[in-house]
Amino acid sequence: MSESGESWREAPAAEQPALELVDVVKEYPGEPPIRALDGVSLQIEAGELAAIVGPSGSGKSTLLHIIGTLDRPTSGVLRLAGVEASAMSDKQLSAVRSQLIGFVFQQFFLLEGMTALENVANGLLYKGIVPSERRRAAAEALERVGLGNRLEHTPNKLSGGERQRVAIARAIVNRPSIVLADEPTGNLDSKSGASVMELIRELHLEGRTILIITHDRELAASLPRRISMRDGAVESDETDSHPTSQLAAR
Amino acid sequence: MTATHIHAAPLPNSRLRVGDVLRVGASGLRTRRLRTGLSTLGVAIGIAAMVGVLGLSASSREDLQTKIRALGTNLLEVQAGTGFGRGSGTLPNTAVAMVSRIGPVTSVSSIATVTGAVRRNDMISAGITSGISVFAADPGLLDTLHATLAGGKWLDAATSTYPAVVLGSITAQKLGIVNVADQIRVRMGDQWFAVIGILDPVAAAPGLDRGAIVGIAAASTYLAAGAAVVPETIYVRTTEADVNSVRNVLSNTVNPATPEEVQVSRPSDALAAQDAASSAFTSLFLGLGAVALLVGGIGIANVMVIAVIERRSEIGLRRALGATRAHIRRQFLTEAVLLAGAGGVVGVGLGAGVTAIYASIKHWQIVIPPIAIIGGIVAAIVIGGIAGLYPASRAARLPPTEALRSN
Repeated sequence: MSESGESWREAPAAEQPALELVDVVKEYPGEPPIRALDGVSLQIEAGELAAIVGPSGSGKSTLLHIIGTLDRPTSGVLRLAGVEASAMSDKQLSAVRSQLIGFVFQQFFLLEGMTALENVANGLLYKGIVPSERRRAAAEALERVGLGNRLEHTPNKLSGGERQRVAIARAIVNRPSIVLADEPTGNLDSKSGASVMELIRELHLEGRTILIITHDRELAASLPRRISMRDGAVESDETDSHPTSQLAAR
Repeated sequence: MTATHIHAAPLPNSRLRVGDVLRVGASGLRTRRLRTGLSTLGVAIGIAAMVGVLGLSASSREDLQTKIRALGTNLLEVQAGTGFGRGSGTLPNTAVAMVSRIGPVTSVSSIATVTGAVRRNDMISAGITSGISVFAADPGLLDTLHATLAGGKWLDAATSTYPAVVLGSITAQKLGIVNVADQIRVRMGDQWFAVIGILDPVAAAPGLDRGAIVGIAAASTYLAAGAAVVPETIYVRTTEADVNSVRNVLSNTVNPATPEEVQVSRPSDALAAQDAASSAFTSLFLGLGAVALLVGGIGIANVMVIAVIERRSEIGLRRALGATRAHIRRQFLTEAVLLAGAGGVVGVGLGAGVTAIYASIKHWQIVIPPIAIIGGIVAAIVIGGIAGLYPASRAARLPPTEALRSN
C-alpha cells in the first residue's frame, strides 16, 4: 500500500476532545413540552471507545441525533473536534456530517442495487472528491474491514455481518473525528455481532474515536467507557483503568 | 501525515460534483427498471404522438405542395355544367378558339369523352371496358397540363388523324403494356390502334390515368362514325398574374348564350383545400398528443412522490453522509428530468419511425420538422422538471431524524 493509503488508519491529533457537550437540553414542543435531554454534559477524547447505554426512552436516541448533528439542541453547546456546531445552519451541519462524523446504523442503510464498493464510496460523495479517488479509498476501507473479496457484491448477496462491515467501512472512509454507531449489532445474530464488535475494537486500537449507542448493558460492559442515561440525563459515567484489557475479556 | 483537527476556519461546505448529480439521479432509476420503463413510456407516447402528427402533416403537406407546384396555380379547368333540367354537358365547338383569344391565356386544350372500350385484341367482347375511358384530345394537352410521358411519343398533328393512341398510366398497367417499342396494337371499336406513348400519372387531370387518348380527328373518323367530337373539358393556362381576371371572363367567353352552364375551377384549389383541411386535423391531433404528454407528466410526478415516500431511509442516509437539502432536491429533480428526457428521446424516435413508415407507404417524401425533434425533447424535459419539482422539494424538506426513523 502507498503511504497515503495508510494515512486513514492514523489517529487524529489529540489536542481537541473529539466531542464535547455542555449542558445540552432538547425539548420537543407540546403541552407540556417534552424534555428529552435535560442538561447533558460530557466529553469524549480523541481515540476513545465509549458506550452510551440506557433503556428506551432514556434519551439516548435523541442524544445520538444531537451528537450526529441530525437535530439541533434547544440549548447548550455541542463541539465536534473543536468545531462549535450548536448554532449552525442546516447547510453547515451537512458539512460537519460529511467531514467530521461517520455513522453506523442498526439497519445498515446500504443502498440496494449498488455494490459494496459504491456504497462505501458514497461516504465520500458529498465531499466533492473525484469518483476514481472515492473508489480507491473505498476499496482500501473494505480491505480494512475484511471484505477485500466482496467489492463488487450487492448488499443482497452479503450476510448481515458483512453488510454491517460494509456500513462500517463507509463510516470510516472519510476519516471522521468520531464514528457514531447506533445499536451496531442490534440486527445481527450473536456470532456476527461478536465479530462486528471485534472489528470495532480493532479500529479503536488503531486510534479511531468510536461512540456506540446501545440498550445492551452486556455489550456496554465490554467497552472501556460506559455512559449510562436515564430520563434524559447522564446517570453514571465509568471508565476502566486499563481499557485494552477488555479486548481479551471477550 | 497526521491530520490536525483544529478548525479555526469554518468547514468547507458539502459539495456534490455535477457528474455525481447525474450519477446519483440515474442510480434511483437503475434499481427500479420496470417502474422507470413504464413511466418513461407514458411520456414517450405523448411525445411520439406529437412528433408523429407533426411529421405526418409535414410530409403530406410537402407531397401536396409538390403536386400543386407540378400543377401550377395558373391552370384553369372549364367544364360544361350539368345544371338542373339540362341535358348532357357539352361545350360549344367554338369554345377553344374563343378562349385562345383572351389576352393572358398562354395555352388552351380540350378533351372529350368518346364511347368505346380498349381491348388487347378482337377476341374480347366490346362491352368489357375494364374501367378505361377513351378521350379525344388535341396535341396541345400535354403542355397545357404540364403532363409528362413515361415512354414513347405524344400525339402530334399527323398522329392525331391516324389510329394511334396514348395510354394513361393505370390503363397501361391494366392492359399489361410496359414498353411502347414493342409496337403493340389495341382494339378500339372496330379498329386497331397503335400504342405510341404511355403517360406518367397526371396530377392536373387524374381521370386521364385511367384513359386512352386519341386525336380528335381520329376519334371522329374511327370511333364516332364521322360525327364531330365536341369538347367537354377545356384546360386553360394563363400568365400567373391574370389567373383571376381570366377566370372571371371564361364562362362568358366559352358559352356567351348560357354562361351559367359553364363551370370554371382551378385544380390547385382542391389540393390547397385538402391542405387546409389536413392542418385543421393536425391541430386536433397535436392537442390530443399534448393531453397524452400531460398524462405522462402526471405519471412521472406520481412515481416520484411514491419514490420519495419509499426512499425515506435513503434520503436520511444521504443527509447523514453530508448531503445538503439542495443536494437532495437536485437528486430527485435530476431523476424526474432523466425519466422524462428518456421518454422524450424514445418518443421522438417512435414518432419519427411512424412518420417514416407511413410516409414511405404513401410514397411521400419523409419530412420530420427539426422543431418537432428539438421541441419534443425540450417539452419532455420541461414536463419532467415540473413534475419533479414538488416531490423533490418534499424530499429536501424531510428532516433527517424523521427520514432515518425506521418503518
